[in-house]
Amino acid sequence: MIRVILPTHLRRLANTNREVQINVTAPITVRAILDSLEETYPMLRGTIRDQSTFQRRAFIRFFACGQDYSHVAVDDPLPDSVANGTEPFWVVGAMAGG
Amino acid sequence: MAGVRVLVGTRKGAFILTSNEKRKRWEVSEPLFPGWEIYHFNGSPVDPNRLYISQSSGWFGQVMQRSDDAGKTWSAVGNKFAYEGSPGPHQWYDGTPHPWEFKRVWRLEPSLTDAETVYAGVEDAALFRSSDAGQTWQELEGLRDIKANLWQPGAGGLCLHTIILDPSDENRIVVAISAAGAFRTDDGGETWRPINNGLKSAFELPDPEAEVGHCVHNIAMHPSKPGVLFMQKHWDVMRSDDYGDSWYEISGNLPTDFGFPIAVNSNKPNTVYVIPIKSDSEHFVPDGKLRVYRSKNGGNKWQALTEGLPQENCYVNVLRAALAVDKLKPCGIYFGTSGGQVYASADDGDSWKALVRDLPPVLSVEVQTLD
Repeated sequence: MIRVILPTHLRRLANTNREVQINVTAPITVRAILDSLEETYPMLRGTIRDQSTFQRRAFIRFFACGQDYSHVAVDDPLPDSVANGTEPFWVVGAMAGG
Repeated sequence: MAGVRVLVGTRKGAFILTSNEKRKRWEVSEPLFPGWEIYHFNGSPVDPNRLYISQSSGWFGQVMQRSDDAGKTWSAVGNKFAYEGSPGPHQWYDGTPHPWEFKRVWRLEPSLTDAETVYAGVEDAALFRSSDAGQTWQELEGLRDIKANLWQPGAGGLCLHTIILDPSDENRIVVAISAAGAFRTDDGGETWRPINNGLKSAFELPDPEAEVGHCVHNIAMHPSKPGVLFMQKHWDVMRSDDYGDSWYEISGNLPTDFGFPIAVNSNKPNTVYVIPIKSDSEHFVPDGKLRVYRSKNGGNKWQALTEGLPQENCYVNVLRAALAVDKLKPCGIYFGTSGGQVYASADDGDSWKALVRDLPPVLSVEVQTLD
């Protein structure tokens, strides 16, 4: 199982916990995680990436294992610790407040 | 229970205000979708328990919500608004071409006759229709045939913010776009025409009487007189007696003819309400006084309504979607401010009181009159 941590607004929208666990078919990539996440929680479609272009929304970032994966190619494999569920994959709202 | 349900959209969530038909005691709900911008919150006239919310966020984009039980429970519905074809550019603020991009839903207008049909006005400007209660959306793309390359954003964006459905002819729809103008279809949305003849925008357009490009802020219609339209333009309050084919000014003795919303008394088709705002560079009421202006004769002669409204040190704005009327007698009038107050009158506007004072800035107010 892949562990995904959602920001507060998306957690409420999906009516779920802060951390969700989803099945993702290998290879474990950003695209594969988001595909599975949106299939499991269809109400999240369009909130993380554009529904037509699949581009990440401008104020969304992806973190894992203390690294920023926002700008990594979406088909590049993520670390083994994400793939084996040791570490979560974080969907983060960019720090754009006051 | 007979009564009134006021649907309020704010910068940080939605609220439902309820009262019986006396409209004296009000209950204010907990915030719905707290933290999200609620540009519009509206109910179906066919099925009053069916409510729609446009929920958006700079971080997470557009989400659409529907309730079938008067707001007790909600379900996220379709939020994919795909333009038909490849929309070309529109004008940017400086007149240069700018790509067409979906940003948010400004207006939700449920059908007058079919509980499954609802219209959405969006930014960048387009009109969408859903025939399955919001699950899927299809653009009525003929609207963009009307010189859309010359449309430009107003200060709030290139938004389709007003949708008026004609109760006498379901094929006739009037929409308004900032800053493109007003448009009408007579064939259910297949073809459209600009209805801006008589509008003058000397400070905003190189050709003050251009066919498109006018910054129309809001249009109102009384259902018994669908051919009579009242418009609050960027500057000027206007009236048409021929479904928008031609317009003439009715600003009369208003202290300023800049403003955002306009509404018609539900029982008196010639009684019109506006809330003048000082100017396009000073988005607050003039002279520190919050005044609703009422014309009982269809325009030109306006009376300031002040009882119960702050008359000193008040510097709020009232946005285009934040004024609405109920269907009771006497007519109830409701508006929300940038300061988070929702004011109401239960006597045609003669006197006012705050239903609630400290909400987040109000973006929209709609009213359901319940049997």
